[in-house]
Amino acid sequence: MSNKQVIYSEVENNGIGYYGLLGFFGLFLLGGIVAFFTMEHHGHYISGMNNQIVWGLPHIFAIFLIVAASGALNVGSIGTVFGKKIYQPLGRLSGLIAIALLVGGLAILVLDLGRSDHVIEMAKGHLNFKSIFAWNMILYSGFLALVGLYLWAMMSRSKIAKKLYKPIGVSAFTWRLILTTGTGSIFGFLVARQAFDAAILAPEFIVLSFSLGLAIFIIVLMAAYKWTQREVGDTVLNRLRYLLAVFILGVLLLEVTRHLTNLYATEHHGVEGFILGGGNFYSNLFWIGYILVGTLLPVGLIFCRFLKNNRTALMAAAVLTALGGFALLYVIVIGGQAYPLVLFPNSEVSSSYFDGVVNSYSPSMWELLLGLFGVALFLAMVTVAVKVLRFMPASLADSVVDPHAK
Amino acid sequence: MNNTNNIDAYRRKFLMGVAGTATAITIAPGLLLRQAGAKAPGDEISNKNRWGMLIDIDRLPNGGQTVVDACQQEHGWGHEEESNDKQKAQWVRTVHVKEKLTGHEFDLPVMCQHCETAPCADVCPTGASFRRKDGVVLVNKHICIGCRYCMMACPYKARSLVHEALFDQKPHSPRGKGTVESCTMCVHRIDKGQLPACVEASNGAIIFGDLNDENSEISQALKAKGGKQIRADLGLNTGVRYQGI
Repeated sequence: MSNKQVIYSEVENNGIGYYGLLGFFGLFLLGGIVAFFTMEHHGHYISGMNNQIVWGLPHIFAIFLIVAASGALNVGSIGTVFGKKIYQPLGRLSGLIAIALLVGGLAILVLDLGRSDHVIEMAKGHLNFKSIFAWNMILYSGFLALVGLYLWAMMSRSKIAKKLYKPIGVSAFTWRLILTTGTGSIFGFLVARQAFDAAILAPEFIVLSFSLGLAIFIIVLMAAYKWTQREVGDTVLNRLRYLLAVFILGVLLLEVTRHLTNLYATEHHGVEGFILGGGNFYSNLFWIGYILVGTLLPVGLIFCRFLKNNRTALMAAAVLTALGGFALLYVIVIGGQAYPLVLFPNSEVSSSYFDGVVNSYSPSMWELLLGLFGVALFLAMVTVAVKVLRFMPASLADSVVDPHAK
Repeated sequence: MNNTNNIDAYRRKFLMGVAGTATAITIAPGLLLRQAGAKAPGDEISNKNRWGMLIDIDRLPNGGQTVVDACQQEHGWGHEEESNDKQKAQWVRTVHVKEKLTGHEFDLPVMCQHCETAPCADVCPTGASFRRKDGVVLVNKHICIGCRYCMMACPYKARSLVHEALFDQKPHSPRGKGTVESCTMCVHRIDKGQLPACVEASNGAIIFGDLNDENSEISQALKAKGGKQIRADLGLNTGVRYQGI
């Protein structure tokens, strides 16, 4: 349970700033709804996706938000499951952000479907339990329910809530690990695609969720506390700062391992050369977007001696980590589809169905609007929730979160 | 009291209506299918048969383009007006292959290979992609949500999403905007004892038949000369085999 001296309170901003922010998110929500109905009416031909690149920009936004969702819960889990007291005041916000991120991500996925109206068939029992997608539907619903319970256990004053706080926290943490394994397995199970067929994608997605979830948590925490004129001390921020660096490096380790192990197998040389070899959009995005901007730069910002306790540097590191993760997902998911499917190894193939050629993809405005809809939905949910319920500690000053800190 | 009686009467009427509709829904498909001359599912479609095709690429007319045209005419795909070339459906295409080391070249038609362990059916969240007992892999358009996971999973790129609304479809080959489709092995024909359209147009280069029947022409031909699978390394035990590749 949270530290006794921590007081939580609703956000009391009523001014133009608060409603302006909501209105700003509302614009993107409206844009997403227009995009959905336009695509629903015309069909997917108005998108940049096609029969070669079947998953596009909306899927990158969706996977990003879903992966970040389970990671955002980590902050709470570290407090509950591992008993680190300094993280406990952050538990409520962590749970809220996790739920909102997941809802945002799922909304994009559902709105992008060719036949969203057929989703009801799943509720009627049309579920194929051999499909990791079907499992994910259950994992996502369960995650929302468990984190909801977890929030209740943190926020309720009842004795039963206090008693259940730890077991529910442990369950939510376990569930989130399984959930991200499921998300990573979506790609790991694609045996025919040279870019995806790797079991390491499941643990890699787990560690990616750690870094993306924490990055988003830091961004929301710092922005929310600044805009509501609440205090956050260096103790909390520095804990999160160095944890972020560990997670960023964890992702790098698994990503490097994935490529190195792929390079052992001759059948993967083609796709590895395509992604790592340079000279195309995806390899540039990998080296500049993920490695340089999304990994080396944030780690540099975190460990630079001259930027110790520098909040702008931390915010920049978190934003860059998120952008880098987005780039990595783009390279994995879209780059993996752009590389031609191998029908006949060691042969050149061509056809009217674009066999043997690197597939191009330019996302349309509609896809971007759908993606931003998910982000706006997540941010709007958090913005409304912190005003309605007591998610945010009134202060996260050093004296509050860690009175014994020197 | 009167009101209560009325409500009871409404309830009874409603329940009878529901029961009637349910009965009609249960019986109608059987009746309609029989009227259309198809075999009712579970009735005559059984795992005793495994339908397959053996394609001799050296005997294919016009490098296989003739069978592609026949399929297109039979099912009406590829005429989507709004979709660009990368978005248009292609249930079957001819692939030109040139082996880098030897320079050996050949053309072959590639379509759904009707795998025994179909990756598309494995990954489909709703079960819309499924394998019939007789080995034909199909999509149930009524429960396909258009997630395209099957397209990601297919090793043969044999599937297409319909990217736009369609009009004037062939009654025997229903298609739908936002759903995924692929070669049906012309189930509407084989269920009536006819040959698939591509087989008819192949001038004898494609043998269609029952792989489970060791006396069938296809089994005899496979036994005599063998037949290769594309990406045999995946172990999918495809229903479509090739000679000459």
